[in-house]
Amino acid sequence: MNNPRVETWLWLAQRASAAVLAVAVVVHLAGIIFAVQGGLTAAEVAGRVGGSAAWAAFYGVFVAAAAVHAPIGVRTVLSEMTPMPASWVNAAAALFAVVLLGSGFTAVAAVYRLGPP
Amino acid sequence: MAVTASETLSVSIWRGGEHGRFVAYEVPKRDSQTVLDVVTYVQRRLDASLSYRFACRVGMCGSCAMTVNGRPRWTCRTHVSRVAGDGRLEIAPLRNLPVVKDLSVDMRTFFDKWARAGGAFTPTGSRADGFAAIPPADAKRRNADAGVECIGCGVCYAACDVVAWKADYLGPAALNRAWTLVNDARDGAGAARLLKVAGDAGCHACHSHQACREHCPKHLNPTAAIAGLKRAVAVAALKGDL
Amino acid sequence: MKATAHRNHAAWWAFALHRSSGVLLALFLPAHFYVLASAIDGTARLDGFLSWTDQPLVKLAEAVLVLLLAAHLTGGLRLLFLEFVGWRDGQKTLVAVASGVAVALALLFLVNAV
Repeated sequence: MNNPRVETWLWLAQRASAAVLAVAVVVHLAGIIFAVQGGLTAAEVAGRVGGSAAWAAFYGVFVAAAAVHAPIGVRTVLSEMTPMPASWVNAAAALFAVVLLGSGFTAVAAVYRLGPP
Repeated sequence: MAVTASETLSVSIWRGGEHGRFVAYEVPKRDSQTVLDVVTYVQRRLDASLSYRFACRVGMCGSCAMTVNGRPRWTCRTHVSRVAGDGRLEIAPLRNLPVVKDLSVDMRTFFDKWARAGGAFTPTGSRADGFAAIPPADAKRRNADAGVECIGCGVCYAACDVVAWKADYLGPAALNRAWTLVNDARDGAGAARLLKVAGDAGCHACHSHQACREHCPKHLNPTAAIAGLKRAVAVAALKGDL
Repeated sequence: MKATAHRNHAAWWAFALHRSSGVLLALFLPAHFYVLASAIDGTARLDGFLSWTDQPLVKLAEAVLVLLLAAHLTGGLRLLFLEFVGWRDGQKTLVAVASGVAVALALLFLVNAV
């Protein structure tokens, strides 16, 4: 049934990814607030973060942390607020993680490829 | 005690078991009246079949805990004037525990969880060893002292939403007790107790709502104790001791 | 009497906001990644979407998203503090400060976006 050791590591992963996200979100929010001035275009995004290995690395870490943090959070909400059985909850959370990793890294690659080579 | 003839309380009391209904009673208002006084009046003068628990009636034993206007409280320490400003009282049994009859609940799950959380002291010394010398100002002793006054009244357990959402959640009182023992230098349970309090049924399910702290009649802080357990469990896991 | 009288305190509201903002952000995130990933075939689709977002109602929705993100962040920092640094008195002050910072950030976004 439940495994306290596994759940302890999930809790640790949730808090560790939260710390990473805290930094990444502050950077991201600052970027959004400044970038959105005067309208946003793909060209502007490309100019700011496209073609940059450093930005791609930053967003790659951001995506990975989100893909850990959000599914664990969703797992808790589902198990507390729905009648879903535990195995289904775990499966749903795992699936969500895969979706976020897949779409997230695709987005990172897409934005990277926008920029000047 | 003065009784003003026109002043009565409209009291709604739960009657029945898990399934039942609220029944209305009119109770004369009195000076310095407590909710326990009200329940006692109903049982003695209006309906002798009302079942409820009390013992000391002076705020020491915790037996009289009930849900008063939606909040779990000790009824002997709740003045009617503070909770029924509009003359209306709703009295129900404690939440999150099976109802035996009327205002009495079955406390067995509460105490079973206490034991499941490793709430029993595990001695390491013998009578040949003499007293353990622990300064009162010792940091761990102060952590233990902060939670050791719990008398197991169940108010925090009744206030906790995670207890309501997860049937196997150990709950604030059991975890608070475990924390006092984790901080007890004389106790020998060690990592075995940490394993009992870890996981989704244990400390990691606490979301720091702090309803326990808000409602504890002894002003204890189970949320802080549970946060301490989270740290202790994390350290043990990282060291490979869990 | 309300069955939720025992929930009427600051830390409970902080939890409610943290949970609801988390759920809404979790719903938004895949959509966000999908939109950005559409740039993989060139900038046309992304530009098309971005020009759609130039409407006031969408900008307001975006400000709400920024508010949710800021609220979840500040609420989360409060929790990390509570769980790792240990108990301090003035928990309600922490809640108030966290909410204040979140609202300030959202307003900053709105001001810049309009």
